[in-house]
Amino acid sequence: MMHWQVIIPLAIFLIIIFSIGIWANRHVMQSNSFLQEYFLGGREMGGFLLAMTMMATYGSAGSFIGGPGVAYNTGLGWVLLAMAQLPAGYFVLMILGKKFAIIARKYQAITLIDFLRERYQSKTVVIVSAISIIAFLFASMAAQWIGGARLIESLTGLSYSSALFIFAGAVLIYVIIGGFRAVALTDAVQGSVMVIGTIILLVATVIAGGGISNIMSDLVAENPNLVSPYGADRSLTPLYVSTFWILIGIGVIGLPQIAVRAMSYKNSKGMHSAIIIGTVALATVMFGMHLIGVLARPVLPGVEIGDKVMPLLTLKVLPPFLAGIVLAAPMAAIMSTVNALLILVSSTVVKDIYLNYIKPTATDAQIKKASFYVTTIIGIAVVLVALRPPDLLVWLNLFAFGGLESVFLWPVVFGLYWKTGNKYGAISSMIIGISSYIIIDQKMPNVFGMHTVTLPITLSLITFIVVSLATKHKVKTNTSII
Amino acid sequence: MSDKRFKIAHREAIIGVILVIINFSIWFGFAYGMGSGDPLSYTYVFGFPAWFFYSCIAGTIFMVILIVFVIKFLFTDVPFDDEEGDQS
Repeated sequence: MMHWQVIIPLAIFLIIIFSIGIWANRHVMQSNSFLQEYFLGGREMGGFLLAMTMMATYGSAGSFIGGPGVAYNTGLGWVLLAMAQLPAGYFVLMILGKKFAIIARKYQAITLIDFLRERYQSKTVVIVSAISIIAFLFASMAAQWIGGARLIESLTGLSYSSALFIFAGAVLIYVIIGGFRAVALTDAVQGSVMVIGTIILLVATVIAGGGISNIMSDLVAENPNLVSPYGADRSLTPLYVSTFWILIGIGVIGLPQIAVRAMSYKNSKGMHSAIIIGTVALATVMFGMHLIGVLARPVLPGVEIGDKVMPLLTLKVLPPFLAGIVLAAPMAAIMSTVNALLILVSSTVVKDIYLNYIKPTATDAQIKKASFYVTTIIGIAVVLVALRPPDLLVWLNLFAFGGLESVFLWPVVFGLYWKTGNKYGAISSMIIGISSYIIIDQKMPNVFGMHTVTLPITLSLITFIVVSLATKHKVKTNTSII
Repeated sequence: MSDKRFKIAHREAIIGVILVIINFSIWFGFAYGMGSGDPLSYTYVFGFPAWFFYSCIAGTIFMVILIVFVIKFLFTDVPFDDEEGDQS
Protein backbone atom coordinates (compact mmCIF):
# COMPACT_ATOMS: atom_id res chain seq x y z
CA MET A 1 0.00 0.00 0.00
CA MET A 2 1.21 3.48 -0.85
CA HIS A 3 0.25 6.50 1.19
CA TRP A 4 1.19 9.32 -1.13
CA GLN A 5 0.27 12.08 1.28
CA VAL A 6 2.53 10.45 3.81
CA ILE A 7 5.38 10.02 1.38
CA ILE A 8 5.47 13.62 0.15
CA PRO A 9 6.57 15.19 3.47
CA LEU A 10 9.13 12.40 3.82
CA ALA A 11 10.51 13.15 0.37
CA ILE A 12 10.69 16.89 1.09
CA PHE A 13 12.55 16.08 4.28
CA LEU A 14 15.10 14.01 2.34
CA ILE A 15 15.61 16.80 -0.19
CA ILE A 16 16.30 19.36 2.55
CA ILE A 17 18.81 17.06 4.21
CA PHE A 18 20.45 16.49 0.87
CA SER A 19 20.86 20.17 0.07
CA ILE A 20 22.53 20.75 3.41
CA GLY A 21 25.13 18.16 2.47
CA ILE A 22 25.87 19.95 -0.78
CA TRP A 23 26.10 23.29 1.00
CA ALA A 24 28.49 21.87 3.61
CA ASN A 25 30.67 20.45 0.86
CA ARG A 26 31.64 24.00 -0.14
CA HIS A 27 33.18 24.47 3.30
CA VAL A 28 35.02 21.17 3.04
CA MET A 29 36.47 22.16 -0.32
CA GLN A 30 37.52 25.64 0.80
CA SER A 31 38.88 24.79 4.24
CA ASN A 32 42.60 25.19 4.80
CA SER A 33 42.63 22.54 7.51
CA PHE A 34 40.89 19.62 5.91
CA LEU A 35 41.04 17.14 8.79
CA GLN A 36 39.66 19.53 11.37
CA GLU A 37 36.93 20.65 8.96
CA TYR A 38 35.90 17.22 7.71
CA PHE A 39 35.92 15.41 11.04
CA LEU A 40 35.06 18.22 13.46
CA GLY A 41 33.31 20.82 11.33
CA GLY A 42 36.13 23.28 12.08
CA ARG A 43 35.18 23.36 15.80
CA GLU A 44 32.61 25.98 14.98
CA MET A 45 29.41 24.66 16.47
CA GLY A 46 27.29 27.06 18.44
CA GLY A 47 24.83 26.24 21.20
CA PHE A 48 21.80 25.17 19.21
CA LEU A 49 23.78 22.99 16.80
CA LEU A 50 25.71 21.37 19.62
CA ALA A 51 22.54 20.64 21.59
CA MET A 52 20.73 19.20 18.60
CA THR A 53 23.59 17.07 17.38
CA MET A 54 24.10 15.61 20.86
CA MET A 55 20.42 14.87 21.23
CA ALA A 56 19.93 13.55 17.71
CA THR A 57 23.01 11.35 17.83
CA TYR A 58 21.87 9.95 21.12
CA GLY A 59 18.24 9.44 20.12
CA SER A 60 18.12 6.55 17.69
CA ALA A 61 15.77 3.98 16.22
CA GLY A 62 15.41 2.72 19.79
CA SER A 63 13.88 5.95 21.03
CA PHE A 64 11.27 6.20 18.26
CA ILE A 65 10.48 2.64 17.23
CA GLY A 66 11.76 0.11 19.75
CA GLY A 67 11.20 2.14 22.93
CA PRO A 68 7.54 3.03 22.40
CA GLY A 69 6.92 -0.61 21.49
CA VAL A 70 8.33 -1.82 24.81
CA ALA A 71 6.45 0.93 26.66
CA TYR A 72 3.25 -0.30 25.00
CA ASN A 73 3.73 -3.68 26.63
CA THR A 74 5.30 -2.56 29.90
CA GLY A 75 3.41 0.57 30.89
CA LEU A 76 4.52 3.68 32.76
CA GLY A 77 7.44 1.80 34.33
CA TRP A 78 9.16 1.95 30.97
CA VAL A 79 8.70 5.71 30.74
CA LEU A 80 10.33 5.93 34.15
CA LEU A 81 13.25 3.90 32.85
CA ALA A 82 13.50 6.07 29.75
CA MET A 83 13.72 9.19 31.88
CA ALA A 84 17.01 7.86 33.25
CA GLN A 85 18.37 9.32 30.03
CA LEU A 86 17.82 12.89 31.16
CA PRO A 87 21.41 13.32 32.45
CA ALA A 88 22.70 12.59 28.94
CA GLY A 89 21.51 16.12 28.13
CA TYR A 90 23.68 17.92 30.67
CA PHE A 91 26.01 15.54 32.43
CA VAL A 92 28.31 14.78 29.48
CA LEU A 93 28.88 18.43 28.69
CA MET A 94 29.36 19.35 32.33
CA ILE A 95 31.84 16.57 33.06
CA LEU A 96 33.85 16.54 29.84
CA GLY A 97 32.94 20.15 29.34
CA LYS A 98 35.50 22.86 29.37
CA LYS A 99 38.40 20.70 30.36
CA PHE A 100 38.02 18.45 27.35
CA ALA A 101 37.56 21.39 25.03
CA ILE A 102 40.70 23.11 26.31
CA ILE A 103 42.87 20.00 26.32
CA ALA A 104 41.65 18.85 22.93
CA ARG A 105 42.76 22.20 21.53
CA LYS A 106 46.13 21.97 23.29
CA TYR A 107 46.72 18.51 21.88
CA GLN A 108 45.15 19.57 18.59
CA ALA A 109 43.06 16.44 18.90
CA ILE A 110 40.58 15.69 16.13
CA THR A 111 39.27 12.40 17.49
CA LEU A 112 38.67 10.95 20.92
CA ILE A 113 41.56 8.57 20.26
CA ASP A 114 43.88 11.51 19.54
CA PHE A 115 43.21 12.65 23.04
CA LEU A 116 43.80 9.22 24.56
CA ARG A 117 47.01 8.76 22.53
CA GLU A 118 48.47 12.07 23.68
CA ARG A 119 47.33 11.58 27.23
CA TYR A 120 48.57 8.03 27.73
CA GLN A 121 51.38 7.95 25.15
CA SER A 122 50.60 4.36 24.30
CA LYS A 123 50.13 2.52 21.04
CA THR A 124 48.18 -0.24 22.76
CA VAL A 125 45.59 2.25 24.02
CA VAL A 126 45.16 3.52 20.47
CA ILE A 127 44.78 0.08 18.99
CA VAL A 128 42.34 -1.25 21.59
CA SER A 129 40.29 1.93 21.25
CA ALA A 130 40.30 1.85 17.47
CA ILE A 131 39.26 -1.79 17.34
CA SER A 132 36.40 -1.22 19.79
CA ILE A 133 35.15 1.82 17.91
CA ILE A 134 35.29 0.16 14.52
CA ALA A 135 33.75 -3.15 15.58
CA PHE A 136 30.97 -1.86 17.84
CA LEU A 137 30.00 1.16 15.83
CA PHE A 138 30.08 -0.66 12.53
CA ALA A 139 27.60 -3.09 14.01
CA SER A 140 25.32 -0.45 15.50
CA MET A 141 25.40 1.47 12.27
CA ALA A 142 24.23 -1.60 10.38
CA ALA A 143 21.50 -2.18 12.96
CA GLN A 144 20.22 1.39 12.58
CA TRP A 145 20.30 0.99 8.85
CA ILE A 146 18.23 -2.15 9.03
CA GLY A 147 15.72 -0.27 11.20
CA GLY A 148 15.56 2.59 8.72
CA ALA A 149 15.03 0.30 5.76
CA ARG A 150 12.30 -1.64 7.57
CA LEU A 151 10.52 1.62 8.38
CA ILE A 152 10.59 2.79 4.74
CA GLU A 153 9.55 -0.69 3.65
CA SER A 154 6.48 -0.61 5.90
CA LEU A 155 5.50 2.93 4.93
CA THR A 156 5.97 2.78 1.19
CA GLY A 157 5.53 -0.85 0.32
CA LEU A 158 8.93 -0.96 -1.38
CA SER A 159 11.00 -4.11 -0.99
CA TYR A 160 13.48 -4.25 1.88
CA SER A 161 16.51 -4.01 -0.38
CA SER A 162 15.27 -1.04 -2.42
CA ALA A 163 14.24 0.71 0.80
CA LEU A 164 17.72 0.09 2.14
CA PHE A 165 19.36 1.51 -0.97
CA ILE A 166 17.23 4.68 -0.94
CA PHE A 167 17.84 5.26 2.73
CA ALA A 168 21.53 4.42 2.73
CA GLY A 169 22.15 6.26 -0.51
CA ALA A 170 20.69 9.47 0.88
CA VAL A 171 22.70 9.34 4.08
CA LEU A 172 25.93 8.21 2.45
CA ILE A 173 26.08 10.95 -0.11
CA TYR A 174 25.64 13.87 2.24
CA VAL A 175 28.02 12.47 4.82
CA ILE A 176 30.72 11.68 2.28
CA ILE A 177 30.66 15.05 0.59
CA GLY A 178 29.84 17.21 3.59
CA GLY A 179 31.73 15.63 6.48
CA PHE A 180 31.06 16.56 10.09
CA ARG A 181 29.61 19.95 9.21
CA ALA A 182 26.90 18.28 7.13
CA VAL A 183 26.34 15.78 9.93
CA ALA A 184 25.90 18.51 12.54
CA LEU A 185 23.73 20.73 10.36
CA THR A 186 21.46 17.91 9.28
CA ASP A 187 21.33 16.81 12.92
CA ALA A 188 19.90 20.23 13.75
CA VAL A 189 17.11 19.74 11.20
CA GLN A 190 16.61 16.13 12.20
CA GLY A 191 16.62 16.97 15.90
CA SER A 192 13.99 19.65 15.37
CA VAL A 193 11.87 17.21 13.37
CA MET A 194 12.20 14.73 16.23
CA VAL A 195 11.01 17.25 18.82
CA ILE A 196 8.14 18.58 16.71
CA GLY A 197 7.03 15.11 15.63
CA THR A 198 6.98 13.94 19.24
CA ILE A 199 4.82 16.84 20.39
CA ILE A 200 2.31 16.47 17.53
CA LEU A 201 1.93 12.75 18.09
CA LEU A 202 1.66 13.09 21.87
CA VAL A 203 -1.14 15.64 21.63
CA ALA A 204 -2.99 13.66 18.99
CA THR A 205 -2.75 10.45 21.00
CA VAL A 206 -4.06 12.06 24.19
CA ILE A 207 -7.01 13.46 22.22
CA ALA A 208 -7.69 10.14 20.51
CA GLY A 209 -7.69 8.40 23.90
CA GLY A 210 -10.20 10.85 25.38
CA GLY A 211 -7.80 12.56 27.79
CA ILE A 212 -5.17 11.35 30.24
CA SER A 213 -7.57 10.33 33.02
CA ASN A 214 -9.60 8.29 30.61
CA ILE A 215 -6.54 6.50 29.23
CA MET A 216 -5.20 5.81 32.72
CA SER A 217 -8.43 4.21 33.87
CA ASP A 218 -8.47 2.07 30.71
CA LEU A 219 -4.96 0.92 31.59
CA VAL A 220 -5.87 0.19 35.21
CA ALA A 221 -8.90 -1.75 34.04
CA GLU A 222 -6.69 -3.92 31.86
CA ASN A 223 -3.80 -4.46 34.28
CA PRO A 224 -3.16 -2.14 37.25
CA ASN A 225 0.58 -2.81 37.03
CA LEU A 226 0.66 -0.90 33.75
CA VAL A 227 0.52 2.31 35.79
CA SER A 228 3.01 1.16 38.44
CA PRO A 229 6.76 1.78 38.31
CA TYR A 230 7.30 -2.00 38.30
CA GLY A 231 5.96 -2.64 34.82
CA ALA A 232 3.18 -4.94 33.59
CA ASP A 233 4.85 -8.13 34.83
CA ARG A 234 6.49 -6.42 37.84
CA SER A 235 9.97 -7.16 36.50
CA LEU A 236 11.32 -3.62 36.92
CA THR A 237 12.71 -3.88 40.42
CA PRO A 238 14.20 -0.82 42.15
CA LEU A 239 17.66 -2.42 41.97
CA TYR A 240 17.42 -3.12 38.26
CA VAL A 241 16.06 0.33 37.50
CA SER A 242 18.72 2.10 39.55
CA THR A 243 21.59 0.14 38.00
CA PHE A 244 20.11 0.65 34.55
CA TRP A 245 20.56 4.29 35.30
CA ILE A 246 24.34 3.74 35.28
CA LEU A 247 24.20 2.45 31.73
CA ILE A 248 22.22 5.26 30.22
CA GLY A 249 22.43 8.05 32.75
CA ILE A 250 26.09 8.45 33.44
CA GLY A 251 27.83 5.87 31.26
CA VAL A 252 27.02 8.01 28.23
CA ILE A 253 30.27 9.89 28.85
CA GLY A 254 32.01 6.77 27.59
CA LEU A 255 30.31 6.79 24.19
CA PRO A 256 32.85 8.07 21.62
CA GLN A 257 30.18 9.42 19.27
CA ILE A 258 28.92 11.63 22.12
CA ALA A 259 32.31 12.48 23.61
CA VAL A 260 33.71 13.70 20.29
CA ARG A 261 30.96 16.30 20.19
CA ALA A 262 32.24 17.69 23.46
CA MET A 263 35.34 18.88 21.62
CA SER A 264 33.68 20.26 18.54
CA TYR A 265 32.03 23.42 19.85
CA LYS A 266 33.17 26.95 19.38
CA ASN A 267 33.17 28.58 22.79
CA SER A 268 31.93 28.22 26.33
CA LYS A 269 28.83 30.32 25.65
CA GLY A 270 27.77 27.77 23.06
CA MET A 271 28.33 24.98 25.52
CA HIS A 272 26.24 26.73 28.18
CA SER A 273 23.22 27.21 25.98
CA ALA A 274 23.67 23.70 24.53
CA ILE A 275 23.28 22.22 28.00
CA ILE A 276 19.92 23.94 28.45
CA ILE A 277 18.55 23.38 24.94
CA GLY A 278 19.86 19.81 24.83
CA THR A 279 18.29 18.85 28.14
CA VAL A 280 14.91 20.27 27.15
CA ALA A 281 14.99 18.62 23.72
CA LEU A 282 16.12 15.28 25.08
CA ALA A 283 13.52 15.36 27.86
CA THR A 284 10.75 16.15 25.36
CA VAL A 285 11.68 13.36 22.99
CA MET A 286 12.40 10.65 25.56
CA PHE A 287 9.42 11.44 27.76
CA GLY A 288 7.06 12.07 24.85
CA MET A 289 7.87 9.05 22.71
CA HIS A 290 7.80 6.55 25.55
CA LEU A 291 4.64 7.99 27.06
CA ILE A 292 3.07 7.81 23.60
CA GLY A 293 3.84 4.09 23.60
CA VAL A 294 1.90 3.62 26.86
CA LEU A 295 -1.02 5.83 25.81
CA ALA A 296 -1.25 3.92 22.54
CA ARG A 297 -2.38 0.80 24.35
CA PRO A 298 -6.05 1.75 24.83
CA VAL A 299 -6.11 3.81 21.61
CA LEU A 300 -4.77 1.01 19.44
CA PRO A 301 -5.19 -2.28 21.28
CA GLY A 302 -3.80 -5.62 20.16
CA VAL A 303 -0.63 -4.65 18.29
CA GLU A 304 1.51 -7.77 18.40
CA ILE A 305 4.85 -6.50 17.13
CA GLY A 306 6.18 -3.73 19.38
CA ASP A 307 8.10 -2.03 16.56
CA LYS A 308 4.88 -1.39 14.68
CA VAL A 309 3.14 0.53 17.47
CA MET A 310 4.57 3.93 16.58
CA PRO A 311 4.00 3.84 12.78
CA LEU A 312 0.52 2.31 13.10
CA LEU A 313 -0.52 4.75 15.81
CA THR A 314 0.66 7.70 13.73
CA LEU A 315 -1.34 6.59 10.71
CA LYS A 316 -4.39 6.04 12.90
CA VAL A 317 -4.52 9.24 14.96
CA LEU A 318 -3.21 11.80 12.46
CA PRO A 319 -4.37 13.05 9.06
CA PRO A 320 -2.01 11.75 6.31
CA PHE A 321 0.00 14.91 5.79
CA LEU A 322 0.75 15.35 9.53
CA ALA A 323 1.49 11.64 9.72
CA GLY A 324 4.17 12.16 7.10
CA ILE A 325 5.80 14.85 9.22
CA VAL A 326 5.66 12.74 12.35
CA LEU A 327 7.00 9.68 10.55
CA ALA A 328 9.94 11.76 9.38
CA ALA A 329 10.94 11.84 13.06
CA PRO A 330 12.06 8.22 13.39
CA MET A 331 13.78 8.52 10.01
CA ALA A 332 15.53 11.61 11.31
CA ALA A 333 16.51 9.79 14.48
CA ILE A 334 17.99 6.92 12.53
CA MET A 335 19.80 9.11 10.01
CA SER A 336 21.26 11.38 12.65
CA THR A 337 22.65 8.42 14.54
CA VAL A 338 24.01 6.68 11.47
CA ASN A 339 25.69 9.78 10.08
CA ALA A 340 27.50 10.41 13.37
CA LEU A 341 28.71 6.83 13.54
CA LEU A 342 29.84 6.83 9.91
CA ILE A 343 31.95 9.95 10.25
CA LEU A 344 33.37 8.68 13.54
CA VAL A 345 34.38 5.28 12.19
CA SER A 346 35.87 6.99 9.16
CA SER A 347 37.87 9.40 11.35
CA THR A 348 39.16 6.45 13.35
CA VAL A 349 40.42 4.72 10.23
CA VAL A 350 41.85 7.82 8.56
CA LYS A 351 43.22 9.80 11.49
CA ASP A 352 43.98 7.19 14.11
CA ILE A 353 45.21 4.34 11.95
CA TYR A 354 46.22 5.61 8.50
CA LEU A 355 47.87 8.85 9.63
CA ASN A 356 49.39 7.46 12.80
CA TYR A 357 50.78 4.20 11.61
CA ILE A 358 50.48 3.75 7.87
CA LYS A 359 51.38 7.03 6.29
CA PRO A 360 52.32 9.77 8.75
CA THR A 361 53.72 11.89 5.94
CA ALA A 362 50.54 12.04 3.86
CA THR A 363 49.91 15.38 2.15
CA ASP A 364 46.67 17.30 2.51
CA ALA A 365 45.53 16.13 -0.90
CA GLN A 366 46.22 12.51 -0.02
CA ILE A 367 44.38 12.86 3.28
CA LYS A 368 41.43 14.37 1.49
CA LYS A 369 41.30 11.54 -0.99
CA ALA A 370 41.75 8.92 1.72
CA SER A 371 38.93 10.44 3.79
CA PHE A 372 36.45 10.40 0.90
CA TYR A 373 37.43 6.86 -0.05
CA VAL A 374 37.35 5.48 3.47
CA THR A 375 33.98 7.04 4.25
CA THR A 376 32.56 5.67 0.99
CA ILE A 377 33.95 2.18 1.48
CA ILE A 378 32.77 1.90 5.06
CA GLY A 379 29.35 3.20 4.08
CA ILE A 380 28.97 0.72 1.25
CA ALA A 381 30.29 -2.12 3.39
CA VAL A 382 27.64 -1.39 6.01
CA VAL A 383 24.92 -1.45 3.37
CA LEU A 384 26.09 -4.79 2.01
CA VAL A 385 26.22 -6.23 5.51
CA ALA A 386 22.76 -4.85 6.28
CA LEU A 387 21.33 -6.68 3.27
CA ARG A 388 21.99 -9.99 5.01
CA PRO A 389 23.10 -9.30 8.56
CA PRO A 390 25.43 -12.03 9.84
CA ASP A 391 24.99 -13.34 13.40
CA LEU A 392 28.25 -11.77 14.53
CA LEU A 393 26.87 -8.35 13.69
CA VAL A 394 23.65 -8.84 15.58
CA TRP A 395 25.72 -10.02 18.52
CA LEU A 396 28.15 -7.09 18.39
CA ASN A 397 25.30 -4.60 18.20
CA LEU A 398 23.79 -5.95 21.40
CA PHE A 399 27.06 -5.16 23.13
CA ALA A 400 27.77 -1.87 21.44
CA PHE A 401 26.44 0.54 24.02
CA GLY A 402 27.65 -1.21 27.14
CA GLY A 403 30.84 -2.39 25.46
CA LEU A 404 31.95 1.10 24.46
CA GLU A 405 31.09 2.44 27.89
CA SER A 406 33.11 -0.26 29.64
CA VAL A 407 36.07 0.50 27.37
CA PHE A 408 36.09 4.29 27.33
CA LEU A 409 34.37 5.65 30.43
CA TRP A 410 37.27 5.52 32.90
CA PRO A 411 40.18 6.15 30.53
CA VAL A 412 38.40 9.34 29.40
CA VAL A 413 37.27 10.54 32.82
CA PHE A 414 40.53 9.75 34.63
CA GLY A 415 42.50 10.93 31.64
CA LEU A 416 41.01 14.35 32.24
CA TYR A 417 40.88 14.52 36.00
CA TRP A 418 43.45 12.21 37.57
CA LYS A 419 47.12 12.85 37.01
CA THR A 420 48.28 9.54 38.41
CA GLY A 421 46.15 7.61 35.94
CA ASN A 422 48.54 6.07 33.39
CA LYS A 423 48.64 3.85 30.35
CA TYR A 424 48.88 0.61 32.33
CA GLY A 425 45.73 1.54 34.21
CA ALA A 426 43.98 2.53 30.99
CA ILE A 427 44.91 -0.60 29.05
CA SER A 428 44.03 -3.03 31.82
CA SER A 429 40.77 -1.27 32.59
CA MET A 430 39.76 -1.31 28.92
CA ILE A 431 40.48 -5.01 28.61
CA ILE A 432 38.86 -5.96 31.91
CA GLY A 433 35.86 -3.76 31.09
CA ILE A 434 35.09 -5.28 27.75
CA SER A 435 35.89 -8.90 28.58
CA SER A 436 33.95 -8.90 31.84
CA TYR A 437 31.06 -7.29 30.02
CA ILE A 438 30.93 -10.03 27.40
CA ILE A 439 31.40 -12.82 29.95
CA ILE A 440 28.73 -11.49 32.31
CA ASP A 441 26.32 -10.95 29.47
CA GLN A 442 26.82 -14.51 28.23
CA LYS A 443 27.00 -16.36 31.54
CA MET A 444 24.86 -14.49 34.00
CA PRO A 445 22.93 -11.51 32.67
CA ASN A 446 21.33 -9.47 35.46
CA VAL A 447 23.66 -10.77 38.18
CA PHE A 448 21.99 -10.22 41.56
CA GLY A 449 19.17 -8.49 39.68
CA MET A 450 21.41 -5.67 38.45
CA HIS A 451 21.78 -4.48 34.90
CA THR A 452 24.56 -6.26 32.98
CA VAL A 453 26.68 -3.17 32.59
CA THR A 454 26.99 -2.44 36.33
CA LEU A 455 29.70 -4.94 37.22
CA PRO A 456 31.98 -4.34 34.19
CA ILE A 457 31.95 -0.60 34.84
CA THR A 458 32.75 -1.18 38.51
CA LEU A 459 35.47 -3.70 37.69
CA SER A 460 37.13 -1.45 35.13
CA LEU A 461 37.01 1.41 37.64
CA ILE A 462 38.78 -0.65 40.30
CA THR A 463 41.27 -1.99 37.75
CA PHE A 464 42.13 1.48 36.51
CA ILE A 465 42.80 2.82 40.00
CA VAL A 466 44.69 -0.19 41.36
CA VAL A 467 46.90 -0.68 38.31
CA SER A 468 47.67 3.03 37.96
CA LEU A 469 48.71 3.25 41.59
CA ALA A 470 50.77 0.06 41.39
CA THR A 471 52.67 1.24 38.32
CA LYS A 472 53.01 4.82 39.45
CA HIS A 473 56.83 4.65 39.59
CA LYS A 474 57.06 3.21 36.06
CA VAL A 475 55.68 6.25 34.30
CA LYS A 476 57.26 9.62 34.74
CA THR A 477 54.57 12.20 35.01
CA ASN A 478 54.64 14.23 31.85
CA THR A 479 51.04 15.11 32.43
CA SER A 480 51.51 18.68 33.60
CA ILE A 481 49.05 19.52 30.88
CA ILE A 482 46.10 18.23 32.85
CA MET B 1 52.17 24.85 35.75
CA SER B 2 48.48 24.67 36.14
CA ASP B 3 46.00 26.33 33.89
CA LYS B 4 43.70 28.73 35.75
CA ARG B 5 40.84 27.70 33.52
CA PHE B 6 41.05 24.17 34.93
CA LYS B 7 39.98 25.38 38.33
CA ILE B 8 36.74 26.59 36.77
CA ALA B 9 36.38 23.37 34.78
CA HIS B 10 36.85 21.24 37.90
CA ARG B 11 34.32 23.23 39.86
CA GLU B 12 31.78 22.86 37.08
CA ALA B 13 32.40 19.13 36.80
CA ILE B 14 31.64 18.82 40.53
CA ILE B 15 28.46 20.81 40.02
CA GLY B 16 27.56 18.30 37.30
CA VAL B 17 28.01 15.41 39.71
CA ILE B 18 25.87 17.14 42.34
CA LEU B 19 23.13 17.78 39.77
CA VAL B 20 23.12 14.19 38.66
CA ILE B 21 22.77 13.00 42.26
CA ILE B 22 19.83 15.37 42.82
CA ASN B 23 18.33 14.17 39.54
CA PHE B 24 18.63 10.54 40.57
CA SER B 25 17.19 11.13 44.04
CA ILE B 26 14.08 12.86 42.73
CA TRP B 27 13.54 10.39 39.93
CA PHE B 28 14.11 7.26 41.96
CA GLY B 29 12.74 8.53 45.27
CA PHE B 30 9.33 9.61 44.00
CA ALA B 31 8.93 6.59 41.73
CA TYR B 32 9.50 3.91 44.32
CA GLY B 33 8.68 6.03 47.36
CA MET B 34 5.14 6.80 46.17
CA GLY B 35 4.62 4.02 43.66
CA SER B 36 5.37 0.89 45.64
CA GLY B 37 1.88 0.47 47.11
CA ASP B 38 -1.07 -1.24 45.45
CA PRO B 39 -1.62 0.38 42.03
CA LEU B 40 -5.38 0.33 42.65
CA SER B 41 -5.02 2.75 45.56
CA TYR B 42 -2.83 5.33 43.77
CA THR B 43 -3.71 8.98 43.97
CA TYR B 44 -3.71 10.92 40.70
CA VAL B 45 -2.37 14.36 39.75
CA PHE B 46 -3.54 15.88 36.46
CA GLY B 47 -4.66 12.44 35.40
CA PHE B 48 -1.29 10.77 36.01
CA PRO B 49 -0.49 8.52 38.97
CA ALA B 50 1.12 10.74 41.61
CA TRP B 51 4.46 8.86 41.60
CA PHE B 52 4.72 9.32 37.84
CA PHE B 53 3.75 12.95 37.93
CA TYR B 54 6.33 13.86 40.57
CA SER B 55 9.12 11.60 39.38
CA CYS B 56 8.92 11.99 35.61
CA ILE B 57 7.07 15.25 34.96
CA ALA B 58 7.54 17.64 37.90
CA GLY B 59 11.00 16.20 38.57
CA THR B 60 12.10 16.80 35.01
CA ILE B 61 10.76 20.35 34.97
CA PHE B 62 12.49 21.01 38.28
CA MET B 63 15.79 19.70 36.87
CA VAL B 64 15.51 21.94 33.82
CA ILE B 65 14.89 24.99 36.03
CA LEU B 66 17.78 24.01 38.28
CA ILE B 67 20.08 23.59 35.27
CA VAL B 68 19.12 26.99 33.87
CA PHE B 69 19.83 28.52 37.27
CA VAL B 70 23.18 26.76 37.60
CA ILE B 71 24.29 27.76 34.11
CA LYS B 72 23.26 31.38 34.57
CA PHE B 73 24.76 31.91 38.00
CA LEU B 74 27.48 29.35 38.59
CA PHE B 75 29.06 28.67 35.21
CA THR B 76 31.81 30.97 33.97
CA ASP B 77 32.78 31.84 30.43
CA VAL B 78 36.35 30.93 29.58
CA PRO B 79 38.32 31.31 26.34
CA PHE B 80 39.38 28.05 24.71
CA ASP B 81 42.20 29.12 22.43
CA ASP B 82 45.39 29.96 24.25
CA GLU B 83 48.68 30.51 22.45
CA GLU B 84 47.70 30.47 18.80
CA GLY B 85 44.74 32.53 17.79
CA ASP B 86 43.90 30.86 14.52
CA GLN B 87 40.40 31.98 13.71
CA SER B 88 39.64 30.85 10.23
